[in-house]
Amino acid sequence: MPVVLLTDAFFFALIALTAFYAFYVARRPHLQTAWRKLARDRSAMVSLTVIAFYFAVALLDSIHFRPVLETSESGEAVYSNEVVSLFDRLVSPLGERFEKTYSEPLAVHAYVKETVEEGGVRHRVYPRLEHGGAGLGDARRAAADIGWRAAAWGLAGLLSCAGLLLLLCLALAGPGRALRALRAVVCNTTGPPLRAVAITVTLIVVAIFVVAGLSHDYHVFGTDKIGEDVLYQALKSVRTGFLIGTLTTLIMLPFALVLGVCAGYFLGWVDDVIQYLYTTLNSIPGVLLVAAMVLMLQLYMDQHSEQFNDLVTRADMRLLFLCAILGITSWTGLCRLLRAETLKVKEMDYIDAARALGVARPLILLRHVLPNVMHIVIITVALDFSGLVLAEAVLSYIDIGVDPTMHSWGNMINSARLEMAREPVVWWPLLAAMVFLFGLVLCANLLADGVRNAFDPRSEWNPS
Amino acid sequence: MIAYIVRRVLYALPILVGVNVLTFSLFFIVNSPDDVARMHLGHRHVTQEQVDLWKRDRGYDRPLFYNAGAPGLSRLSDTIFFDESLSLFVFDFGRSDSGRDIGQDIRQRMWPSLAIAVPTLLLGVLINITFALIMVFFRATYVDFWSVMFCIVLMSVSGLFYIIGGQYLVGKLLKLVPISGYGGGWSAIKFVLLPVLIGVVSGIGAGSRWYRTIFLEEASKDYVRTARAKGVGEFAILFRHILPNALIPILTGIVVILPLLFMGSLIIESFFGIPGLGSYTIDAIAREDFAIVRSMVFLGSVLYIAGLLLTDISYTFVDPRVRLS
Amino acid sequence: MEPLLSVRDLCVETALPGRRETLLRDIAFDIRPGESFALLGESGSGKSLTALSILRLLPDGLRVRRGAVRLHGQDLLRRPEMSMRDVRGGSIGMIFQEPMTSLNPVLTAGRQLTEALGLHRGARGARARDAALQLLDEVGIDDAGRVFASYPHELSGGMKQRVMIAAALAGEPELLIADEPTTALDVTIQAQVLGLLKKLQADRGMAMLFISHDLSVVAGIAERIAVMRAGEILEQAGAGEFFGHAHHEYSRRLCTMLPGLDKRGQSLFDGARLPPPPRGGERLAEVRNLAVHFPVRKGLFKRIVGHVKAVDGVSFTLRRAHTLALVGESGSGKTTIARALLGLVEPTAGEVHLAPPVAGGARGAADAWERLRRSAQIVFQDPFSSLNPKMQVGQLIGEGLRTRHAVRGDALRDRVAELLAQVGLSPDYMHRHPHQFSGGQRQRICIARALAVEPELIIWDEPTSALDVSVQARILDLFQRLQADLGLSYLFITHDISVVAYMAHEVAVLYRGRIVEQGETAPLLSAPDHRYTRELLSAVPALPAFAA
Repeated sequence: MPVVLLTDAFFFALIALTAFYAFYVARRPHLQTAWRKLARDRSAMVSLTVIAFYFAVALLDSIHFRPVLETSESGEAVYSNEVVSLFDRLVSPLGERFEKTYSEPLAVHAYVKETVEEGGVRHRVYPRLEHGGAGLGDARRAAADIGWRAAAWGLAGLLSCAGLLLLLCLALAGPGRALRALRAVVCNTTGPPLRAVAITVTLIVVAIFVVAGLSHDYHVFGTDKIGEDVLYQALKSVRTGFLIGTLTTLIMLPFALVLGVCAGYFLGWVDDVIQYLYTTLNSIPGVLLVAAMVLMLQLYMDQHSEQFNDLVTRADMRLLFLCAILGITSWTGLCRLLRAETLKVKEMDYIDAARALGVARPLILLRHVLPNVMHIVIITVALDFSGLVLAEAVLSYIDIGVDPTMHSWGNMINSARLEMAREPVVWWPLLAAMVFLFGLVLCANLLADGVRNAFDPRSEWNPS
Repeated sequence: MIAYIVRRVLYALPILVGVNVLTFSLFFIVNSPDDVARMHLGHRHVTQEQVDLWKRDRGYDRPLFYNAGAPGLSRLSDTIFFDESLSLFVFDFGRSDSGRDIGQDIRQRMWPSLAIAVPTLLLGVLINITFALIMVFFRATYVDFWSVMFCIVLMSVSGLFYIIGGQYLVGKLLKLVPISGYGGGWSAIKFVLLPVLIGVVSGIGAGSRWYRTIFLEEASKDYVRTARAKGVGEFAILFRHILPNALIPILTGIVVILPLLFMGSLIIESFFGIPGLGSYTIDAIAREDFAIVRSMVFLGSVLYIAGLLLTDISYTFVDPRVRLS
Repeated sequence: MEPLLSVRDLCVETALPGRRETLLRDIAFDIRPGESFALLGESGSGKSLTALSILRLLPDGLRVRRGAVRLHGQDLLRRPEMSMRDVRGGSIGMIFQEPMTSLNPVLTAGRQLTEALGLHRGARGARARDAALQLLDEVGIDDAGRVFASYPHELSGGMKQRVMIAAALAGEPELLIADEPTTALDVTIQAQVLGLLKKLQADRGMAMLFISHDLSVVAGIAERIAVMRAGEILEQAGAGEFFGHAHHEYSRRLCTMLPGLDKRGQSLFDGARLPPPPRGGERLAEVRNLAVHFPVRKGLFKRIVGHVKAVDGVSFTLRRAHTLALVGESGSGKTTIARALLGLVEPTAGEVHLAPPVAGGARGAADAWERLRRSAQIVFQDPFSSLNPKMQVGQLIGEGLRTRHAVRGDALRDRVAELLAQVGLSPDYMHRHPHQFSGGQRQRICIARALAVEPELIIWDEPTSALDVSVQARILDLFQRLQADLGLSYLFITHDISVVAYMAHEVAVLYRGRIVEQGETAPLLSAPDHRYTRELLSAVPALPAFAA
């Protein structure tokens, strides 16, 4: 039975919006110049490829349902109370295999000693893991086993990528030109940097193959305190990070857009009121405002727990509210930029020409102002994304972020704080969270850089 | 000038009123004092008497805006809004929910915050500008390209990683400085060193890239071409022409955060156990002590507005085109 | 005589990977000591690039592919970058077009002068100050002490250009490169600066490379002229020979396409006779005592402490099929008048009397304004900012039709095609976007947009000053044909006297928000009454009488 959480709905809406925009742009060649420029930017395209993989995980993890437990004789299905996502199903049994507690990456033994009784004698030993290396008879053969599996799966990944590339060339260029297209990709003579993209895809696919192949029998990133697979946690956190980065923007965009454009166009008292609004909000240090709001939200949810009975719904509502709160604190920047840009556009003669033709004000705003400030929106959305993903980590770290039961990089780092103080150190949950977080943020930053170069008329690569 | 400052201070008042009303409604209207009391007392098995007592101790049992039961002016003054919100305007912060004098705490805790924040800022700006100038000097070469890439990588690393990693590496592995804590007088230096270092490093990426953008924008202007045509050398152009012009946006970006330095850095302070205002705030958030959070929000806005005013005044020093009137 | 500067086979191209494009091709010329040499060409012809490559100041992304620039026989292109600094500002000084942005805003004028003096004469401290004051004096600045201590924003455009010239002279150059030095200035200031340059050149025995698009300016200053087009030099000749009988067809056309009193009634482009406008002259509207004041606010509560009187009691009459030209320099209020007539700014005072008149009273007065605004359209100076880049040409032209006349669908498309044809564009352009068009084509689109709502009055706000001479010629042709065909009334706003002389029926001269003189074109231009008009007319650079 499908379950659509509120954040899922928003996420789907966002995807629909993006698709609509893409369709809109695809029919208007003059709007494509900047996008074409972006498509030729190598680091941006490579980043986009990586982000696409993150996006795929987030999307799969946003399709929720209750699995069928059994089917009664009358044909009616009985559904489980637990909500799982398509992603959980895909990577199962990754999320279901728990060890007792910590174990190192790819380990076959636990990380802490345990007292075991063997023939009446008590030993303090590192016990074998329940799932890690379970198929292995002799624990000493683990290294060889891992190496062999990694090589085999890696090769399989490589081959499937090569096959995929060939198939794509055949499908897109037709059988006659397939070879020529392939050569163009390999020699890097295509317009968009297809070779770099192909290499990126290959690397990621090979990594996925290797990790997937290994994680069937091992915990690639180890397990955490309660014995849950760290890789699973890090992957589940992708959705949280991605949602925070995108939904926040989606929520604040209408406000920033309407208020910023109105302030810049109408000036006078409208401008005064809007400027007062955002100066007031801006004057409160961001973290404090978020903290105050989250504390109040937390209290409200505690006091009205009857409205948030279900654990998943509760965490989901909190995520959505967090996005809204971050949106409230972050719309001011975009609003100010849009106001400034509208002031500039307003000075353009085409606005005067439209006024002289007697075009109504709302139409002037919609037809003449809005399309000409959109580049600011696109640049800001791209630039804000990485900042928001990082902000999630910091906020969760000081307990004003997402729900503690929700998988997120911030929560992982939060718990790592104590783990780093342990002796011996438990370093892998922190590392896993950092690697996944870094990967997404780095790509987002590189992409944002490309977007700014492509869309900003004043950017450094535009000498004219 | 004086008239300008007076006007700006008058402009600031409505903003502070706005902040005040916003925080007041957040803390007293979204959740009633009853809810807050129950949360603090552990809301499972709390009797109404206990709640009332808790509220009476803190003065939260009065009406929000209008006290019909009180005589004369105190109908308005003997209310939560008057005592808890309006009194902030004279910097009377009152007592925290756990009964401490917030004003006293702030006066005591701002010094450690400053001891971390000021060196971090100064050192950071110096290093970032130097790095940015180097990038601009080598603009459109591979040095520039890879430096920018390096900056992007640096700024993509979560600040938390710098803190955790730095503390682990410098404090725990190399054992160069104490991991956390604070001491009075000169002994504070060894506690301050690591937080400052981490603060500076974590800011290099974003900072120097921002400065580079500013410098590059200046470098593309007509007057730079004029200077070149006069035979001015590349170094002199950088330091005599570009830097003073770029200082306008840079300085104003710095001045606006100057007053906020008093507030300290939330994460760094709490992580290194520095008894500053940052960790004070974090602790208050963790203990859900709303009186402190409320005070800090107000203090933060006052300082921010002071920063805006300072920014405007600093314009007159670096930009001959600006006159305050 | 040994040339001072000799440029040979200079080729400049873009250095971007993938798209290599040649911008200058085999440029070659000589400048002799003390000679005044002009590079003449339309925008994009490569004249500024030529100047910049002499000093090796090409912007990033461009490079010299081959060629030589010899100063006293030494190739500048092969010198090490370090020693170029002695050449720049030393042997060769350069001044630029935009005085507003070409001086460093945070340094005083004096500091920018002494910097150059320090570099090239080793002058420091008081000695540098004295030398700078002397230079300022030499470029005709009376209160040199005040200007020395001033920041650029405290100086007027003409003053700034003088300071730039003084800085360029600091190294006592043998060659001064002047890149459109007067294009951004008003006519009267331009005359002063040109006079100054000529005088300096004579006094110092300095050679000059003068770059301009303006034939009449060049005529007044150059001894030899090279005409450039599309990155090539087409023709070089002495001034007398050039204006007497230029060899190249293009050079000759440049001369014949300049507007002027003597060419009234004939096409600038091909010399054909233009159809005479229908006998118009009936009154369309009379504007009386129009005033636009902008409040100046100051103090604690932004009280209004005074007004800037941008337009201060202006009256004029617009007639059918007639052109009234409003002439004035920047800041004279001519654009504000246009905006007030269209309701883009609210006039402070003033009334309109229409023919036929509308009902009287306050209601009638408002009605009259409203009717004038509905029957008027405007075409702006800058063809790049006057078309919304996110709309198709068809939408741009159709917008007025949809708004005013609710035309939709096929009818709309047919009408837009008709309008495009009327302004000389192909109806196929309907689905293109503004960025695909040149300045002249864009201006035609703007005209079509204005014509769409069938106006009786078109206000032209400097419609050709951003265009090259050859493009201007065609657009002016179009103006007159449209007026003849449609009987339109024109209010033509310009600073260019020659265009006024060529096509206006009446002229009104604006000075600081007031009309100082108005009347029929020919008598007014030949025998001006007012002191300011005389000053304005005498400042206009004139072409030597020349045989086409």
